Amino acid sequence: MKAQHAVRLGLRRGWREFVQSVRSSQDQGFYLFTALLAVGYLFLGRNTEVDGTDLLFPSVMLPSILGAFIAFGVVVGPAYALAMEKEDGTLLRHRAVPHGLAGYFTGQLVFHTLSLLPQMVLILLPSFLLFENLMADSSGWLTVGWVLLLGLLAAMPIGMVIGALVPSAQKVGTWGMLPVMVLAGISGIFYPIQQLWGWVQVAAQLFPMYWLGLGMRSAFLPDSAAALELGGSWRTLETVLVLGAWAVVGAVVTPHVLRRMSRRSTGSQVQAAREAAVQWVR
Amino acid sequence: MIEVRDLRMRYGDNDVLTGVDFDVHTDEVVCLLGPNGAGKTTTIEILEGFRVRSGGEVSVLGQDPAHADEDWRAHTGVVLQSWRDHPRWTPRRLLTLLGGYFEPYSTPGRPRPYDVEDLLETVGLTELADRKLTALSGGQRRRLDVAIGIVGRPELLFLDEPTAGFDPQARREFHRLVHRLVSLEHTTVLLTTHDLDEAEKLADRVLILAGGRIVADDTPDGLARRAAGAAEVRWSMDGERFVHQTDDPTGFVRDLFAQGGDAVHDLDMRRASLEDAYLSLVQQHEAGHAEAAARSFREVTR
Repeated sequence: MKAQHAVRLGLRRGWREFVQSVRSSQDQGFYLFTALLAVGYLFLGRNTEVDGTDLLFPSVMLPSILGAFIAFGVVVGPAYALAMEKEDGTLLRHRAVPHGLAGYFTGQLVFHTLSLLPQMVLILLPSFLLFENLMADSSGWLTVGWVLLLGLLAAMPIGMVIGALVPSAQKVGTWGMLPVMVLAGISGIFYPIQQLWGWVQVAAQLFPMYWLGLGMRSAFLPDSAAALELGGSWRTLETVLVLGAWAVVGAVVTPHVLRRMSRRSTGSQVQAAREAAVQWVR
Repeated sequence: MIEVRDLRMRYGDNDVLTGVDFDVHTDEVVCLLGPNGAGKTTTIEILEGFRVRSGGEVSVLGQDPAHADEDWRAHTGVVLQSWRDHPRWTPRRLLTLLGGYFEPYSTPGRPRPYDVEDLLETVGLTELADRKLTALSGGQRRRLDVAIGIVGRPELLFLDEPTAGFDPQARREFHRLVHRLVSLEHTTVLLTTHDLDEAEKLADRVLILAGGRIVADDTPDGLARRAAGAAEVRWSMDGERFVHQTDDPTGFVRDLFAQGGDAVHDLDMRRASLEDAYLSLVQQHEAGHAEAAARSFREVTR
């Protein structure tokens, strides 16, 4: 009962954080910049035909990029937020009120989910205006929906665990950003995965990003385009299984990791981080 | 409210607390005073339930804080040393959100949370209620920290170095705020400070922590009386200056006048004060002689 009350407060907190993010010029800049990068990339290849198909480059690339952006956003976003907020005292404030942590983590979940919206809208809207034949069949939007949901459940716990385990916010680059970038490089986002060595293909298929990209391509592209994929199929069942497995593991492991991290957060730790930050600035 | 018996804390090979004993009773304001590094923050974090102790017995509001449930949190308030959390939030929004967690614990006798507008008024942030937290000064932020600490109308309030970095004006306002809270809300307060002056102004009782133990536990007046050591009497007679140390300055001066009469001039009398005793404790402690500092302070205030 009281925990449910805290979860409701967390929903409100997540919404408020989202509204504040959308209104902040810093975050607006980030959304615009990344969208510009993505749409600009698609625009440069607008007249190129993809080998072995009659599809244009933006049609094939847009779903892949969406998949990569979703994975990037829900891993790096929560990782950075948690690392930062255990240092600056946000987490401790919630530890000091009854059921505060339930509210805090609910807020994180809501905020990072909502944060995907502005980015997706800013990429999709201009893309649909500039390029043709992006969505082969409008029933694809349904697929977009479940791939997005499953992808969120699979990838966000990874971000939260990274954020809980990194020693400081400055280390999120090394432990969060870098691995995600490497994954983006090998997950068939920017070029077909078949061009890579066999063991790299296997490694890439262990992580959610490849399957997010594949799932998005299956949503946007005509069935004939499945010929470009590994095994010549959209492998929908495998997509559900891999993303689902990550989601289950995440749902089991993450609460333990977060609880352990919260138990260890103290005022002295916040104080030490503050002193370290001052040193760092000097 | 609080019972602490033989509390011990060890980090690696370093014993920070080596057997701390004290009690805090309902409606008391108790100040934990000590040099930097004496273990004040460690002690208060153990009582807040944020840190797990190495040994000893601790009871806060009837529960062991290390295993206390979420409901226990509803009766305690913690004023944290924060710095840059919630930069995009406003005081009004943050207080409303954090106060919300206390709603299920409201009773007719103690409505929770505190009305946000009243609270903003109490800590003097009404004008700034809709500004972003990044726009607040250090002192204004600290007042918000206090407001967050008391938004749930706690029976017991913990304050860790509440006035660190305050200017004298802000410090005085803060002291007034604490006094008002205690008398209006019947809040029991435990605070830490390294400033003797602050302890004397705020506390009903002062606990001095040094060398891993409580070396003194008394009212500010009682401590001052106990620390008052030998007095130094200075005077001049026939152009010559004299100094004399005595435990009974009144008697000595009576004899002095009886013998010297009108020839006694420039009479001056000084007693070693609590401040002197505390300063030498801090000096010794900071020079790395924590044990010796604690021992000699205990001798002075016996």
